[in-house]
Amino acid sequence: MENIRYDNRKKLYAVKTIPLQKSFSLSNLLHFKPLFLLALPATFKTMAELKEIATQLRRDIVRMVHGCQSGHPGGSLGCTDFLAALYFKVMKHDPAFNMDAKGEDLFFLSNGHISPVFYATLARSGYFPVSELASFRKLNTRLQGHPTTHEHLPGVRIASGSLGQGLSVAIGAAYTKRLNKENTVVYSLHGDGELQEGQIWEAVMFAAHHKMDNLIATVDWNGQQIDGPTAKVMSLGDLKAKFEAFGWETLIIEDGNDMDQVVAGLEKAKTFVGKGKPIVNLMVTAMGKGVDFMEGSHEWHGIAPNDEQLAKALAQLGETSLGDY
Amino acid sequence: MALQDIQVSGNKDTRSGFGDGILEAARKNENVVALTADLAGSMKLQGFMKEFPERFVQVGIAEANMIGIAAGLTIGGKIPFTTTFANFSTGRVYDQIRQSVAYSDKNVKICASHAGLTLGEDGATHQILEDIGLMKMLPGMTVIVPCDYNQTKQATMAAAEFHGPLYLRFGRPVWPIFTKPEDEFVIGKAQKFSDGTDVTIFACGHMVWYAIQAGLQLQEKGISVEVINIHTIKPLDEEAVLASIKKTKCAVTAEEHNIIGGLGDSIAQVAAKNFPIPIEMVGTKDTFGESGKPVELLKKYGLDVADIVAAAEKVMSRK
Ligand SMILES: Cc1ncc(C[n+]2csc(CCOP(=O)(O)OP(=O)(O)O)c2C)c(N)n1
Ligand SMILES: [Mg+2]
Repeated sequence: MENIRYDNRKKLYAVKTIPLQKSFSLSNLLHFKPLFLLALPATFKTMAELKEIATQLRRDIVRMVHGCQSGHPGGSLGCTDFLAALYFKVMKHDPAFNMDAKGEDLFFLSNGHISPVFYATLARSGYFPVSELASFRKLNTRLQGHPTTHEHLPGVRIASGSLGQGLSVAIGAAYTKRLNKENTVVYSLHGDGELQEGQIWEAVMFAAHHKMDNLIATVDWNGQQIDGPTAKVMSLGDLKAKFEAFGWETLIIEDGNDMDQVVAGLEKAKTFVGKGKPIVNLMVTAMGKGVDFMEGSHEWHGIAPNDEQLAKALAQLGETSLGDY
Repeated sequence: MALQDIQVSGNKDTRSGFGDGILEAARKNENVVALTADLAGSMKLQGFMKEFPERFVQVGIAEANMIGIAAGLTIGGKIPFTTTFANFSTGRVYDQIRQSVAYSDKNVKICASHAGLTLGEDGATHQILEDIGLMKMLPGMTVIVPCDYNQTKQATMAAAEFHGPLYLRFGRPVWPIFTKPEDEFVIGKAQKFSDGTDVTIFACGHMVWYAIQAGLQLQEKGISVEVINIHTIKPLDEEAVLASIKKTKCAVTAEEHNIIGGLGDSIAQVAAKNFPIPIEMVGTKDTFGESGKPVELLKKYGLDVADIVAAAEKVMSRK
């Protein structure tokens, strides 16, 4: 199959004779073979293993943002348990990465600024070498500040960063799965501040109207955004009642930083798949979870720790058997 | 006027010029209102919020709503300044600006920080390189791209006094301050930094500093360079552009923007219609940006001082 695309780096229109995703997954295999030994299979993790993975992801996150002195640790640390549960327990997915993901469950990160946790999760799942995490936000990296397909990083299926767009994309992908008669689930994650974008509610309305019951959206309900607590910046009101009024199956995960609750919450959400309604988890988290001086405050939404703070954070998190990148 | 006389008085981000400028404007005019979409800190509004809390409007992460509210605020005499990053100020809300602000001729000041490559590590999703084009294409929209802290402060205050829809573009990085607070700033009037006869360099925003550096290097090679800051892209100071190119008979344009649709296009159009000359354009070449450090990115994408020098030498050879 031929396909013509514009190559941003070479500034050329190039004709590729093999489909893009295929060529990339092939090159991955060639490049990264030794690292597949480190890669964790995405199924049947025990709770203890999941918790250890989450700790390692947190170490990766603080080291990544420290390494480039920029990026968003707060939301990343708050959503670590969720991403670990999703990629290492709940989702059926293939790290060999194929854009079309036929027969796979899918995940879309709508709050793209928490790219550190997304990249760390993808790397630790075997999508690309964990050593590449060191290139985060640096010139010529595939690990752009916000996730992008432009650099062909395996695991990323849509650019995000400009908030409020990901639910629509997730709905589109879920619609395709329905048209393709697939028995799979599309997951998405959204910031609570992000829900202030009007497009989210256009999508919420659509999903209920079209009975998108193969969609499980999750809201990172940390009560924080850049300018302060969400309640002060722009109150979300009764979020549960809002989603219910729009016709969604609305579930609450009381502590999104408790791995048992996260896994149980996602498993419960799955039981509503195919029941005629889109599903949302309102997941309470603490921004900056796991590093005491970052925890619970919007101050750490988008700043990096210095050397001393990094050392303190790593000491608090403790080492794991997985090892740092 | 000579390039070697230009002095750097300090280093500051242009967005701080905006923050200080809107505070001054608000002290002078009680109708000035500031709106933001969850980026008050990044937009340097802390001073304004403290002194004029009742004239500060936090809309949350809802840029489209912000533009509409701003349009409404003008009815009855307020002068709303909407503030967020350049991408969310323009591309995100283009039709809201088009219908409720530009077409409705509303006195809204759309103030945009973190424009261009020098936004840095956040990468291409945030690095808009198309906003000058988007805004200048709107009928009746004034487009201003000041070059340093002092000029951004002046431009902000001038915007409050100017009646009509206006786009003010500035940035994130700390950058040399080389204009003086007492320099004249008039919307629509170009600022000349040097007189020359061999080549004109037209620049805007952060690239004015690089144009001056390039001018100095060219002078050392015995080339007579005219450096002109086009801080107002629209309405363009055609008189100043034509006066210069009639003398130098060739020009380089330098901007932190796609060469499609930006300052270079505007200059080229004036030249083509009135006095055709060779032009070389320094800017991004129809590409998205990426993550990296601001200066690193300018280099990688061909917006370095050396690129302006090379463009000047090339364009002179085409005369
Ligand atoms: C459309 C858009 N507007 C503004 C921003 C800037 N921005 C990035 S993150 C953020 C706050 C997001 O809040 P929330 O979704 O609650 O995420 P959290 O801070 O909890 O990680 C803002 C305003 C953006 N990325 N996109
Ligand atoms: Mg939040």
